[in-house]
Amino acid sequence: MMGRFVNTRTLPLLATVVVFVLIYAACAAQYPTMLGLRVMGNLLTDNAFLGILAVGMTVVVVAGGIDLSVGAVMGLTTVALARLIEGAGMPPALAFALVLAGGGLFGAGIGAAVHYLKAPAFIVTLTAMFLARGCALLISTDSIPIHNAAYDTLAGAALALPGGGRLTLVAGIMLATFLAGGVLLHGTRFGARVFALGGNAHFAQLMGINTGRTTILVHAFCSLMAALAGIVFSLYTRSGYALTGTGVELDAIAAVVIGGTLLTGGVGGVAGSFIGVLIQGLILTWITFDGTLSSWWTKIAIGTLLFAFIAVQRLILVVSARYGRPGAGPTAPSPSTRPRPSPGAAAPSAP
Amino acid sequence: MASPETPVTPPPVVLAARGLTRQYPGVRALDGVDLTLRAGEIHALLGENGAGKSTLINLLTGAQPRNGGTITVDGVEIDPDGPGGAVRAGIAAVYQEITLLPNLSVAQNLYLGREPTRWGLVHRARMNRDGAALLRRFGLTIDASRPLSDFSTAVQQLIAIARAVDLSAKVLILDEPTASLDTAEVQTLFTLLRTLRDQGLAIVFVTHFLDQVYALTDRITVLRNGRLVGERLTAELPRLELVAMMLGKAPTAESHLGRRPATAAPSGTPLVRAQGLGRRRLVGAFDAELHAGAVLGAAGLLGSGRTETALLLFGVETADQGELIVDGKTVTLRSPRDAIRLGFGFCPEDRKLDGIVAGLSIRENIVLALQAKRGWWRRLPPARQRELADHYIKLLDIRTPDAEKPIQLLSGGNQQKALLARWLATDPRLLILDEPTRGIDVGAHAEIVRLLEDLRDRGMALYVISSEIEEVAAYSDRVLVMRDRAPAGLLEGDTITPAAIVNAIAADHQTKGAA
Amino acid sequence: MSAVIQRLKAARPQLALLALALLVNVFVAPGFLDLRMQDGRLFGGLIDILNRGAPVMLLAVGMAPVIATRGIDLSVGVIMAIAGAVAAAGVNAGLAWPLAILAALATGLVCGLWNGLLVAVFRLQPIVATLILMVAGRGVAQLITEGRILTFTEPHLIAVAGGTLAALPLPVVLALLAAGLTGLLVRATALGLFVEAVGTNPRSSRLAGVHTGLVLGAVYVWSGLMAALAGLIATADIKGADANNAGLWLELDAILAVVIGGTSLYGGRFSIGRSVLGALVLQAMRTAILRAGLPPELNLVLMALVVAAVLTQQSPAFQPLAARLMARLKNKEARV
Repeated sequence: MMGRFVNTRTLPLLATVVVFVLIYAACAAQYPTMLGLRVMGNLLTDNAFLGILAVGMTVVVVAGGIDLSVGAVMGLTTVALARLIEGAGMPPALAFALVLAGGGLFGAGIGAAVHYLKAPAFIVTLTAMFLARGCALLISTDSIPIHNAAYDTLAGAALALPGGGRLTLVAGIMLATFLAGGVLLHGTRFGARVFALGGNAHFAQLMGINTGRTTILVHAFCSLMAALAGIVFSLYTRSGYALTGTGVELDAIAAVVIGGTLLTGGVGGVAGSFIGVLIQGLILTWITFDGTLSSWWTKIAIGTLLFAFIAVQRLILVVSARYGRPGAGPTAPSPSTRPRPSPGAAAPSAP
Repeated sequence: MASPETPVTPPPVVLAARGLTRQYPGVRALDGVDLTLRAGEIHALLGENGAGKSTLINLLTGAQPRNGGTITVDGVEIDPDGPGGAVRAGIAAVYQEITLLPNLSVAQNLYLGREPTRWGLVHRARMNRDGAALLRRFGLTIDASRPLSDFSTAVQQLIAIARAVDLSAKVLILDEPTASLDTAEVQTLFTLLRTLRDQGLAIVFVTHFLDQVYALTDRITVLRNGRLVGERLTAELPRLELVAMMLGKAPTAESHLGRRPATAAPSGTPLVRAQGLGRRRLVGAFDAELHAGAVLGAAGLLGSGRTETALLLFGVETADQGELIVDGKTVTLRSPRDAIRLGFGFCPEDRKLDGIVAGLSIRENIVLALQAKRGWWRRLPPARQRELADHYIKLLDIRTPDAEKPIQLLSGGNQQKALLARWLATDPRLLILDEPTRGIDVGAHAEIVRLLEDLRDRGMALYVISSEIEEVAAYSDRVLVMRDRAPAGLLEGDTITPAAIVNAIAADHQTKGAA
Repeated sequence: MSAVIQRLKAARPQLALLALALLVNVFVAPGFLDLRMQDGRLFGGLIDILNRGAPVMLLAVGMAPVIATRGIDLSVGVIMAIAGAVAAAGVNAGLAWPLAILAALATGLVCGLWNGLLVAVFRLQPIVATLILMVAGRGVAQLITEGRILTFTEPHLIAVAGGTLAALPLPVVLALLAAGLTGLLVRATALGLFVEAVGTNPRSSRLAGVHTGLVLGAVYVWSGLMAALAGLIATADIKGADANNAGLWLELDAILAVVIGGTSLYGGRFSIGRSVLGALVLQAMRTAILRAGLPPELNLVLMALVVAAVLTQQSPAFQPLAARLMARLKNKEARV
C-alpha cells in the first residue's frame, strides 16, 4: 500500500514537507516566539511577492520551460505604477489593470518567441529580462515614493490574527494566488494541457494539444503573476524602484524546485512551491532571530537544498528507469534500444 | 493458429489507399502503394527497414503530407492534415514507443483535451470512473487515477489502444506493438485484438515476428523499397514465400553469383571469439568466430537481434553473460573506446543518427576516429588530415568537389564510404558493418560490396550484418542467422546459399508447420 | 596567410557590427580613435574599450566551448565573485600575492570541476547544474568577505587591473593572452574537433571513440578558470572584493557575446576569436551610449534587441523563410 502514496511523484513533495517541519521544529525549539502567529503572519507578508512569483514560475516549469524575466518584470511594474500614480495621477485601480494587462501581453510575446523561434526558453526570457530591466531604468533610475491615500489604506489593510498577528492584504493576495494557481493547474483543462506539454511536447501534440497556444498562455500567466507581484511589492514598500527584484527569479526557481516540481517539466504543483517559499522565509527569519549568523547563509542554505532536491530527483529518475518498470530500457539509449522515429519526425532533412 | 472463417460475402472495405507516394529530396520513400483494409480484419503490414511501412503509416495518420495518391474511408475521400484530421476520419495509431504521457494519470491520458467538466472544472471523479469503465471493456481492471508510469509497458499499450479506439473506431494501426512485450502479454493483446476485430474494426498490425503474423492476422501486405510487393491471404501464403517476398528473393534461386571458388571455412585461431555472449533483454547468448581475411555474415529479419550482436562486439552495450576472447585473452568491453583500442571499427545501421557528424566537414568526419584513438593531445597535423581525406576520397571514389564540404551534403552511398574511410584510417583488424548497403543506390551498392571483398582479401576480419541475402551469401565464409533475438543457426562453406539462409530465417521453430 | 584571410572572412558579420559600433563612437565623440602614449602606456578610446571589455572577453572565451557542446554556464558571474573574494581574503590574511592569485585561479578550477561533474557524470541539464552554483555561490563569496567589501592595498594584486605591459593595460594583455592560449589549446590539439563533434552529434562521437564525458567536463573546468581570471581583474579594478556585485549579470553578457560571435545555442561550430569580437561589440555599444550622454540603461534595451535579432536569424523557423525571400528577390532581379 505504501507504493500507492509514496511514488516518484509524491516523494519530492513529501521530502519538502519533512524538511519544512524539521526546520520549523528546530526554529521553535530555539526560539519559542517563532511558534506564534505573529511571526507566521510576518513571514507571509514579507514573502508575499515571492509566493506570487513562485505560482507563475511553477506553471512555466511544469510546462517544461523556465522564466528568468520575472524579477525584471516585477521591477518594471513597480516603477510603472509609481509613474502612473505619482506622475500621471492615475487612480490605483486603473494603474493596476494597466500593468496587469501589460504583463500578460509581455508574457504572451515571450511565449510566442519561444514557440515560433524554437529558441530555448532561458535565452528568450533572458533577453526579456534585459528588455524589462532596461525599460524600467529608462523610466527612472531612482526610487519613486508613492503618496496616495488609497494606497496607504490598501497597504495597511489587515486581518487581526489571535496572538497579535496580522494577516495583511498582500499576504491574503498571495494565499489567494496560490489557491487560484492550484485550481488552474490541477482543476482545469488548461492545467492538464500544461502537464501534458511538460511531460512530452511532441506526444502532447500527437494527442491533439495545441502546443503553441499552450506555450503562449503559460508564459502570459507567468508574466501576469510577475506584474501582480510587482503590485504587491509596491504596496509593501509604497514606492517604485527599477532594480526591485534583482535576482529574485532565482529565489522563485529555488522555491519551485524545493517544492518538488521537476525542472524537466511535467511533474509538480503549487502546494510544494508554497512550502518552498515558506522554507526560504523561515531560514531568513531564523537567521534574523539568531543575530550572529549572517544573511549570506540563506543563499548557501537555499543552494544546498536546491542541490539536494535536484540530486534526489535525478536519483529517482535513474532508479525508476533502471529498476522501475518491466520493459523499461537501460538509461543510456543505444542504437538498438532507441525508440523508433516517431511519426512526423521521420522526414529526412533536405541535403 | 487462428484460421479465420471465410465469410461468404467479402467484408466491406473500410479504408482504401490508392497510389500513395511520398517523395523526399533524392529518395522516393513510398512509390504508388495501395492498401485495402476491410472491416473485421487484422491486416499485417510487413517489410524490412526502408520498405516504407513507417512512411505509409505517417501518410495515413496525416503525420506527413503525401505527394500523390488518394485515401478513402467508407467511400469518402479524406485528406488527413495532422493527427487531428485522421482521428476525425476514424484512423488512429498506436506506436511501439508509447506516445502517452507517463506523468499524467491513466484517466487524464484517456481524456486529454476532452475531459468531462463540471462548473468549468475538470470532473475528476467522473473522469476516473469513466476511464476505469472504458478500460474494463478492454479487459483491464485498474485504478484509472494512478499515474500511467505505474503500469507496465503492456498495460500502457492496452491503454493507448483503448484511447485510440474510444476516439475513433474504424481503423486502428498498431506499429510494432509487441516489440517489448513478453509472451503472456502478447497473448493478452491478441485476445483483445481478436475481440476488436470481431466488433468490426479494421486493424493494421506491423510486426517483425513472423509467428505472430501467422497467429493473428487474416491478410498480409508486403512492401519492399517503397513499393507494394503484394497482398495475400495469410492462410494461403507459406512462410518461406513470405520471407522471400520481404527480402525480394525467390526462395529456390541457387545463385552463387560472385562467390569465391571453393574456400573452406577459415580455420586456426580466430582473431575474435565470442562464446555465449549476450545481455539480458537485448540479445540471447550467441557464438561467433571472426578470422583475419574472412567474412562472418549475419542474417535475420529486422528485430531479430542481428544489430544487437554488433553492439556487444563493439562495446556499445556491455555483455552480462559469456566471454569475448581477443588474441587469446578474455576481454570486457565497457565502451566503444575499449573496442577501438583492440583494433575494432563499427559502421552503424543508422548513418544519420549514429554515423555522420552532420555539420562537420568530410575531412573532419574521416579523421574523427583516428584522432580519438590518438587522444586529444596528439592532433593530426592539418596537412596529414587533408592527405588522409584526399587519399580515401580517391580510393573509395567519394564524390565531392573537396574534403571541406559538410558531410550531410553527400548522398547516402558517399556518406557510407566516408564512414568506411573513418574506420579504414584507424587501420582496424576487425570491421563491423551493420547494413552497409541500406538506402544506397545501385551503383554505389556494388562498389561497397567490391570494397568489402577487397578488404577481406587484404586480411581484415569482417562482420557484416545485412538483409541483402544474396550478397551475404556471396561474400561470407560463415553466416550467423538470428531469429527472435537469439541465434538460429550457423551456415558454413557450401551450405551458404540464399535459399538456405531464407530457410533458416523462416524456419518455424515451434515445429507446428504452416497451417 | 590564406587561413588568416579565411578567418577574417568568416568573422565578417562580427567585424561589421564592431565597425558600426566604433563608428557610432567616433560620431558621438570625435577624437575617439586618437591614441596617445603617456608614461609608457597607450591611452585612447580603443584601448578603453579593450580594457573595459576584458572581463567579458575572458568569460566569452570560456563560454564559447561550453555553448558549442550544447551547454551553458550560468555560474561564471558567481565564480568571478568567489575568486575575487579568495584573492582579497588571501592577501589580507598575509598570503604572498602569487599564492593569493593561484588560490583564486584554483577556486575557479574547483567550481568548474563541480559544474563539469554534474553535467558529465551525473548528466544534469547544464542549465540546472550551473544554476545550483549560481544560487549558492554569492552566499559563498559573502561568507569569505563576511558581507563587507573586502578592500586591500597589495600593489601587485591591484596591478592585475592597473598595471601596464607592452604599453597596454594588463587586463587587455591578460584577456588577449587567455584568448590566444584557448585558441591554441582548442585548435592546436584535437579538443576543438572533439568539442564540435560532441556538440553536434554526441552519439556518433561516442561510437567513433571520443571520450564524451571528458570533453564535457573539460569545457566547464576551463570556463571556471577563465571566470576566475575575470574575477581577479574585476576585484583588482576596484581594489576590493564585492561579493554582491562582482560579476553580477556578466554571465548574460558572456552568453550574448558568444551568440553574437555566431555560435549556435544548439551546439556545434564555435570560434574563440569571433566570441572575443562579440564581447568587444557589447563593450563598444556600452561606451557609445555613455559617450553620447544617453542613459546607460538604454544599453540593456539595445542588447536585448541585438540578441532578439540574432536569435531570429538563428532560428530553424526563420531560415527557410529567409531562403524563400532570397529566392524571390533573385527571381525579381532575373525578371528585371
